[in-house]
Amino acid sequence: MWGSNARNAHPIFFKHLLKGVRNGAKLFVVDPRRSESAMFADLWLGIDVGTDIALANTVAREIIESGLAHEGFIENATVDFEEFKASVADWTLERGAEVTGVPADAIKELAHAYASASTAQLCWTLGITEHHNATDNVLSLINLSLLTGHIGRYGSGLVPVRGQNNVQGGGDMGALPDKLPGFQDLQDDQLRGKFEEVWGMPIPAKAGMHLSLQFEAMERGELRSVYIIGENPARSEADSARARQLLSGLDTLIVQDIYMTETASLADVVFPATAAWSESEGTVTNSERRVQRVRAAVRPPDGAKSDIDILGLLASGLGAQWRDLSAEEWWDELRSLSPIHFGMTYERLEAERGLQWPCRTLEDPGSLFLHERFWAEPREGPPAPFHPVVHAPPVDELTDEFPTRLTTGRHLESFNTGAQTSHFDAPSRPGAGIDLSPQDADELGVTTGQRVRISSRRGSIEAAVTVVATQRLGLAFMAFHYPEVVDVNVVTIDAWDPKSGTAEFKATAVRLEKL
Amino acid sequence: MEHTMTATPSDLERGAVDRVCGPSPKPDGRTSRLGFHQAQQLRHLLLPALWALQDGVGGVSEGGLAYVSDRLLVPPAEAYGVATFYSLLLVDEVKERTTYVCDDIVCRRTEGFSLGDDETASPCLGQCDRAPARLQMTAGEVALSITGLQLPMNALAEGFPRQITGLIGVIDPESLESYEDAGGFAALATARGWGADWVIQQVEQSGLTGRGGAAFPTGLKWKLVSEEAGPRHLVCNADESEPGTFKDRYLMEGDPFSVIESVALAAFATGSAHAFIYVRGEYPLATARLQHAIEQSAHHLDGVTIELRRGAGAYICGEETALFNSIEGFRGEPRQKPPYPTVSGLFGRPTAVNNVETLAHVLRIVRDGADAYVASPTRLFSLSGDVGTPGVVEAPVGASVEDVIAAAGGVVGELSAILIGGAAGSFAAPDVLSLSLSNDAARERDVSLGSGVIIPLNTTTDFPDLVSRIAAFFRDESCGQCVPCRVGTIRQEELVHRARSGSVMELDLLTELQQVMADASICGLGHTATNAVRSALVLGLLGGADA
Repeated sequence: MWGSNARNAHPIFFKHLLKGVRNGAKLFVVDPRRSESAMFADLWLGIDVGTDIALANTVAREIIESGLAHEGFIENATVDFEEFKASVADWTLERGAEVTGVPADAIKELAHAYASASTAQLCWTLGITEHHNATDNVLSLINLSLLTGHIGRYGSGLVPVRGQNNVQGGGDMGALPDKLPGFQDLQDDQLRGKFEEVWGMPIPAKAGMHLSLQFEAMERGELRSVYIIGENPARSEADSARARQLLSGLDTLIVQDIYMTETASLADVVFPATAAWSESEGTVTNSERRVQRVRAAVRPPDGAKSDIDILGLLASGLGAQWRDLSAEEWWDELRSLSPIHFGMTYERLEAERGLQWPCRTLEDPGSLFLHERFWAEPREGPPAPFHPVVHAPPVDELTDEFPTRLTTGRHLESFNTGAQTSHFDAPSRPGAGIDLSPQDADELGVTTGQRVRISSRRGSIEAAVTVVATQRLGLAFMAFHYPEVVDVNVVTIDAWDPKSGTAEFKATAVRLEKL
Repeated sequence: MEHTMTATPSDLERGAVDRVCGPSPKPDGRTSRLGFHQAQQLRHLLLPALWALQDGVGGVSEGGLAYVSDRLLVPPAEAYGVATFYSLLLVDEVKERTTYVCDDIVCRRTEGFSLGDDETASPCLGQCDRAPARLQMTAGEVALSITGLQLPMNALAEGFPRQITGLIGVIDPESLESYEDAGGFAALATARGWGADWVIQQVEQSGLTGRGGAAFPTGLKWKLVSEEAGPRHLVCNADESEPGTFKDRYLMEGDPFSVIESVALAAFATGSAHAFIYVRGEYPLATARLQHAIEQSAHHLDGVTIELRRGAGAYICGEETALFNSIEGFRGEPRQKPPYPTVSGLFGRPTAVNNVETLAHVLRIVRDGADAYVASPTRLFSLSGDVGTPGVVEAPVGASVEDVIAAAGGVVGELSAILIGGAAGSFAAPDVLSLSLSNDAARERDVSLGSGVIIPLNTTTDFPDLVSRIAAFFRDESCGQCVPCRVGTIRQEELVHRARSGSVMELDLLTELQQVMADASICGLGHTATNAVRSALVLGLLGGADA
């Protein structure tokens, strides 16, 4: 597990993972903190925040140097290996240790264990992706799987664990700037034409903007009207003061949500929606690409409508004549347009307790894992390229003025900005505070419960200290669930990855002062 | 906080737990190997760690429990489940001093019995020979210190030859030299000289059966274990918790070195490198003397390690598979059998479990030969209640109930009934005096000797009160794992209360309940929980037989 505190953030997934551990699987955790998940690891590697590529490249070099690379797989299924090999040549164990802070023998152990395992999975979450170079971070992990052949086989693979029950489903349904439902390329005339024919409407061929680009467009005054469905960017965006200011300055802001969130309170129009998991009919897709039925179990409050109904009414108001279809009928339209979903009728989804895409025919059992084609001889389809990637430290540099590295993450009993979790009590909720190492707390002259001011180049907040015995010197940690109490994202940086559009929530330079 | 509970331990609690689990590791902030797999290796320290808190500060506070959970990576809810399973552990509270007062069958009707407001009633403390009994636990005192308490050995009667109790009261239980001078560790040497196969063959030939209550042939058990692939374990079951039973305590307190020798011998015979003695939590003196004897005897043990584990107040942990779970750090709930312990026992390995007395007989068999045992087998009985001198009697197998009671000073007053076999046994009418005390003869009369409890009760006895106590005992001690026992023991208690208050004797209903519990409970507790109550109904001890 690399950059993931799944025990807190994905407790159900972690329970399944622990079954494997109980069956004897070895668990390695790469995380700047000895997190709740790292406590279960056979080996925890506590890297400096933002040195993931340095670690991955060092592991790669060690695997190559030790003759543990899977030569047959590299030959058959990949390209650009020589270029990659050259790119990691300088990443000796010693250099890796110096840059990441992790002792060389621990890096070596990880490299050898990963390469020698009969099956191995690399799981990651936001510790990898909430960086200014998120895509490169992911590529560095993909390189490791290609190097060892830990991909496209039962039990071996790359597992980006999704943040919510239906993040994957959002992507499936085309909520991406350049994709149509089923991950079909918007710019492909033939594919787009297929949708235009069924929808009876021309579709702009120009790719849209991802979230970070949208905020920049708002800043330039180019984006004046925004319709937000089920997001709370006024709280969840890095540098949230700026985000709130931009959202407030729009000509029109429409928010569709199940709660009156901070963002909804800024809106001109709010559409109250039903809860997807209990008041609506439809499907969700989980992290393992499994599409599952969800059913309405309770009657929604008066005035709340399902997302589908709201969109339909809005379409009517705008002059389009959408048919009044049930969730299943909309799903069947999707199936007719998205080949990877075609085999998934509601009947099958129910009978087979969900199906994993691609599932192309009514007989197709779905796909337990992807990329099996790499193991076919001769290989089917194009080879997988290695991507040499270069280590780049976090944008928010540590200086004498801002000497402490703040990273953010999650607590078990709270969810994201707290819109859904802040109004009930949890007996074990740690609450809004800042975790510090004993030495840092001593130096500041504070103990657990005392308050400090946390200042970054963007703003400052106050929070109570929790001294954590296992925390490393110079590293501070905060959860972002309690914006009403402490709005962490006032201090985080909105530097974002140009390839994925994700902001660098995980690495902020701060200064701490006793209050 | 790292764990999910927010309470923090005191330095005292931290220190107590660290003494069991090892010093708290100082992470370097960069790597750690203290993961799940390593914690799994430490899981068996859960009960000792909880004991450390109880001993050290007088209870398991929230902070203490959180710290134990943290150290052993046991989810706090699970650790709580284990801690609350045992009656001697105070959970969520800490008390400087806790006094347990035995209010069980014998003590409750002994002169001088009283239960103060600040005292806690307890099931049988195994001190029926010196009733009424009290057990005091004081925070901060090391319960394992040698106190040099003198044992009353008043009932090792004249007339019967003492084959396995001969050294009790003769040697100094705290002196290895004294034991060696009396011929100690000779049997172990003999066993090593002749080999494990010979030992097992001798034990088989002797026909010795287990004295914990189930009477399984000891030689066969050892043979089955020794035929399984290693590593194997040997467990000495010293958790005698059957109300009215205290015979093993006499052996452990009076002749602890022989217990250690017999355990080492059994480990040798079964090819077990590691042996455990699981001793009742209510036996601090026995625990201290055994611990002392283990330390002193190290040079005799020849690589066999013997580890002492303390129970913490749970009758069910005398059941062999519940005992395994307890040692492994789980709630002491019995396991489904098969697999039997000889195949999959402690830590999933082939395990021989033997009662303390059983092993004492083995020592004799190896020393004197199987033939000597066959010629004059003996058996220990715990006598208390209305007898002249309560205590342990070592009697020849086949002696009559009357003979054994006579050896304990005879019945005091006019005999009304005799409780044989403890709470899991049954009441018998006075004509049982002529019964010959062998398993076969007892079975013929539908009496179970169990762990050898004989409690004569005279006409002053308040039988309805005793029977209620027994019913309450089983309701309390049912681990709750299987429904027939969990519900059945409550139904039985209700039935007893109805019989007492309205003289409604529902023998048919109880018979039906007995059948359900016998058919569907997974362990002996459920199988035997109705014996005593039913026998009392049949004898009319609750006020008249069922019409």
